[in-house]
Formats: sequence, C-alpha cells, structure tokens
Amino acid sequence: MTDANHVPRRAIVTGHGAFPDGLVSAVQQITGRGEMIVPFSNAGLGREEIETGLRDCIEQSRATVVFTDLPGGSATLAARRILRDMPSLTIVTGANLATLVDFVFADEGMSAAEAAAHAAERGRVALATVHA
Amino acid sequence: MPIALFRIDDRLVHGQVVVGWGQPLKLGFIVLADDDVAAEEWEQELYRMGVPPNVDLVFATVDDAARSLDRYRADARAGMVLTGTVDAMLRLVRGASPGAVRTVNVGGIHHRDDRAQKLRYVFLNADEEAALRALETAGVTVTAQDVPSARAVPLTEILRGEQP
Repeated sequence: MTDANHVPRRAIVTGHGAFPDGLVSAVQQITGRGEMIVPFSNAGLGREEIETGLRDCIEQSRATVVFTDLPGGSATLAARRILRDMPSLTIVTGANLATLVDFVFADEGMSAAEAAAHAAERGRVALATVHA
Repeated sequence: MPIALFRIDDRLVHGQVVVGWGQPLKLGFIVLADDDVAAEEWEQELYRMGVPPNVDLVFATVDDAARSLDRYRADARAGMVLTGTVDAMLRLVRGASPGAVRTVNVGGIHHRDDRAQKLRYVFLNADEEAALRALETAGVTVTAQDVPSARAVPLTEILRGEQP
C-alpha cells in the first residue's frame, strides 16, 4: 500500500511535564510519523481538567490508544476513567520511545489493540541495563 | 511515629505523591481521607493500582480519618494523610485531637473558574483562603510545596500570590 492510501491510526501520549511533547518530537525525528501521536501533558491541571482535556484530545484526534508514563500517575488514572465509557480504547502505561516507534510502524493489518500490545512488548524489551 | 506529611492535593494519589514524596519519606502507608472515594469501590481500586506493593493505601471518610488519627500516629511506619480539598483538611484538623496536626502541606489546588492563581500549582477561591487561615488559627503551620526539593512557601506568601 502506498503512503497516499495510508490511513494512519492515531494515539495519544500523556503524562507529566514535557514528557508527551518530548516523545512526539523524538518520534518525529526518528520516523517522520510524529503526526500519528498527539501529546497531552497533565502539567498544571487538576484532576477534572486532566480527564476533560484528555477526553477532548481522544475525541478530536479519534485516537484508539493512549500511551502514558507512570502507571499510577494522574494522566493514567484519567485514562482509566475514560476507558469505562470508551471500552474500545487501549491504554499502555510506562510507555517509552521504543514503544511509540514500534506503534507508528505497526502493520496495517493489526488492530489498534494488537498494535498497542506489540508496541508495549517492544518497549519492555528496550528497557535494559548495560554493563561494561 | 508522627505522620510524615499532611497534604492537600486535588489530584489525590498520583505521581508526585507516590514517587515525589513517597520515596524520600519512605512511606509505609497513605491515608486518603475523601468522602467520595471512601464510598466508591471502583475509585479505590483505581488508586490502589498507582501505589507500590510496599505502601498500604487506606481509604477513609474525613470524619473517620480524624477519629483514627491517633491510631495512624501509633503506626511504626512513616505515613501521609491526604485530602483533596482545603475544607476536608480543616474538617480533619477540627475532628482530631488537639495538636495532632502541626503542619499542612498544600501540594496542588488547580485552576477552576471561581479560583484565582496564587502559585503555579495553587489556585484559591475566597472560601479556600478563609479555610487556610482557619487552619493557622487552629495552630497549624500551612506551607505550599509541590515537591520536596521546592521551597516551602508560607501561607502569607501564598495568599499574596506573588509567585505565579
């Protein structure tokens, strides 16, 4: 399939500080596919604002996957609340750059949930200690 | 052991609480004093997932937490007592035995239409300002400090709102 026919799946990356923007910037630098990931930072926002902002972001971008940083962070908690009435959504916590790069290159035959699961596994493998 | 931190934070249990404060304070338990969460099993499950296995997360109504404060203080582990609002913290202080709460940390009260910005992470309406003053009148020292490495901003400075 050519790029002209390509309908990219979309995801949100959310979390603390500049983490979301930083990851999207890195994805763009490496793959040129940064537009597939929409950043949403929880910085300076209260609990309800995070949930409302994230919900708006998901609806506007029609994202089907939400990547978050800390499993217990406020952005993850907001995503889990949204999941209650958007059961088709998939959440991946503890996301890193390897996760997102894998996601934007996921096979088009995969469902969003499958692509998210594959990306999560790739991110897990990328996390390693290196010794001399 | 005395409670390591009494904190007001409208995000309740989240990264800054669990990681930012929880790790340096070596918390063994967190009491979430919140009437809504105490009544909602699903919300409790959500917050439990955000806490490491070595930290007990206790859910209580504000009144129950006030009544149980002496028991929390008798725990050998370091603990935090957390409320989502200034009003809840004031109720907790008033319901506890005198002198049980010496200091309160304002960790995050975020933007709402009826609130004015005081600090980067503190927005207050008139009722909340009055409740913070009432805490100090009750003998509690109130400071704002989002993370341990930040300066503890005294209430007089918070209310002047000179550090947005």
